[in-house]
Amino acid sequence: MAKTPAPSATNLAHGGETRRDFLYLATGVVGAVGVAASVWPFIHQMNPSASVLALASTDVDLSRIEEGQSITVLWRGKPVFVRHRTPSEITEAEDADFNSLPDPQSDMERVKRREWLILVGVCTHLGCVPLSHRGDYQGWFCPCHGSHYDTSGRIRKGPAPANLAVPEYVFLDETTVRIG
Amino acid sequence: MSNSSMGKKVVQWFDYRLPIFTFMHHSLVDYQTPKNLNYWWNFGSLAGIVLVIQIITGIVLAMHYTPHVDHAFDSVESIMRDVNYGWLIRYLHANGGSAFFVVVYIHIFRGLYFGSYKSPREVVWWMGLIILLLMMATAFMGYVLPWGQMSFWAATVITNIFSAIPLVGETITTWLWGGFAVGNPTLNRFFSLHYLLPFVVVGVVFLHLWALHRFGSNNPTGIDTKGPKDTVPFHPYYTIKDLFGLSVFLIVLLAFVFYAPNYLGHPDNYVKANPLVTPAHIVPEWYFLPFYAILRAVPDIWFVEAKLAGVIAMFTSILILFVLPWLDSSPIRSARYRPWYKQIFWFLVIDVIVLGISGAKPPEGVWLILGRVATVYYFIHFLILMPLIGRLEPTKPLPGSIDESVRQESGTQTSETTRKHS
Ligand code: HEM
Ligand code: FES
Repeated sequence: MAKTPAPSATNLAHGGETRRDFLYLATGVVGAVGVAASVWPFIHQMNPSASVLALASTDVDLSRIEEGQSITVLWRGKPVFVRHRTPSEITEAEDADFNSLPDPQSDMERVKRREWLILVGVCTHLGCVPLSHRGDYQGWFCPCHGSHYDTSGRIRKGPAPANLAVPEYVFLDETTVRIG
Repeated sequence: MSNSSMGKKVVQWFDYRLPIFTFMHHSLVDYQTPKNLNYWWNFGSLAGIVLVIQIITGIVLAMHYTPHVDHAFDSVESIMRDVNYGWLIRYLHANGGSAFFVVVYIHIFRGLYFGSYKSPREVVWWMGLIILLLMMATAFMGYVLPWGQMSFWAATVITNIFSAIPLVGETITTWLWGGFAVGNPTLNRFFSLHYLLPFVVVGVVFLHLWALHRFGSNNPTGIDTKGPKDTVPFHPYYTIKDLFGLSVFLIVLLAFVFYAPNYLGHPDNYVKANPLVTPAHIVPEWYFLPFYAILRAVPDIWFVEAKLAGVIAMFTSILILFVLPWLDSSPIRSARYRPWYKQIFWFLVIDVIVLGISGAKPPEGVWLILGRVATVYYFIHFLILMPLIGRLEPTKPLPGSIDESVRQESGTQTSETTRKHS
């Protein structure tokens, strides 16, 4: 390569590949990686900040919730239902033929203690807060577009595609549960 | 006298270096415009003026508004009660938002009726649709700012639409919210974007007009201008007509602002946002209702669950307009000479109104069914009738020129046109 021929001549000779093509490509790739790397902070800044992530757990005192009562607490800005189920609600939830449901799950997979049902109170359709003890299955009813949930928080009827989510939680003692 | 000629010299000096005055003169004074434009052509300039009203009132509101979940609601209340003329400025902005959509929807249906989207104005049409999408995003985020119950729940439901996207849905909603639900980070970024997007709209409006001025305005006959007999200069003919239209428009807007300022709003938005309680009946602002109806109308389709199918249908209902110039197979622009198209055009108008009503009702019973029928018809109109009718319909003869059509209408035939017709 003592003498560099005109690029067009080299193009013909080497089937279109030249050192210049390589340089174009390499520059392009380095440029693209550089752009991607500098765009990322501007995208990631919109994700939850450290302070939002830090508020990640909520303790609930269970001694004040009567049988048959459901309360709503705020966890990570979302409502969480804590429901003290009655024996008949438990039986109903356990006896349902769950395999035929839209989102099949047994009641056992959804609770740690049978009388305590703990759910994220966000309708899996478009995020409204369903109302407790309403609807065809007396679990929850979502007023926004009419989704019915049963006493295990499973979707039975309406546009929602999935069961109400079960958050992570642990029982700290007999009367306290920590959500998150 | 010497003052004005002095002024003229300054203008000339400047214009020689940056020909902005020449540019304005070209596009607002000399601009040759078809002489037969009817009142449906007022809505473009009206939309531009409403945009300016929104920006001015918005900048003033932003001087008194606080984008924080603990203060937003109270700051809007303070605008209403304490800030001098705050009530006037806020009501102008809130009702101006609605007026913007009235004007733009009429403007779009004008385009549909007279075939303004067809060659060579496809790019004008596209820029218009991009403006529509930007306006929708802006209005949606603006509605969240007062942080009432409707603000909060509209934000929740609309952002949750993205959770329908398979695999990455959750990641996207968390990213949009900046948290695990709609909250302070969401309000903050919505304020930032609500301030920004109208200025992006201004930019796209320039592109819209640039593309328009390349071939000039369409007109009620849909035929091209053929020479100076067909046109008049924009000023004074259309400047005065647009001003007249603006006066009528302002009477209507101000009637709302002064006598029914909350008619188009929702009482629940005067209740502060509460993330634990969803109001019994949530509905979007009226201008989103037809799209909301489509979102809810779609049931499970094969393996696609209803939630995702509804979202796809809703977005498609707007995106389909981008390819309309190619779906419409007729070489004739104006519905005046297309008897069949004229019929289905009015059916489409009724269809969209039915969608709007069904979007306002709870999704059950008759209204759910009507919503479904209207959704299906909406797509039939664009995907089946538009390609088909253009090929089959017996069209009416086009006039030889705009001038000729104007003379025929007013009965003043020139000897020239009479000769042509005999
Ligand atoms: C495309 C133009 C715009 C549209 C369609 C629009 C629409 C809206 C809507 C519907 C609301 C809610 C009104 C209510 O119910 O209270 C709103 C609120 C607000 N907008 Fe805009 N807006 C536009 C431009 C702007 C601009 C340019 C700014 C700032 C420079 C702005 C600042 C605000 C502020 C501070 C609020 C909250 C105060 C309030 O709720 O009245 N807007 N906007
Ligand atoms: S958000 Fe619950 S049914 Fe739509």
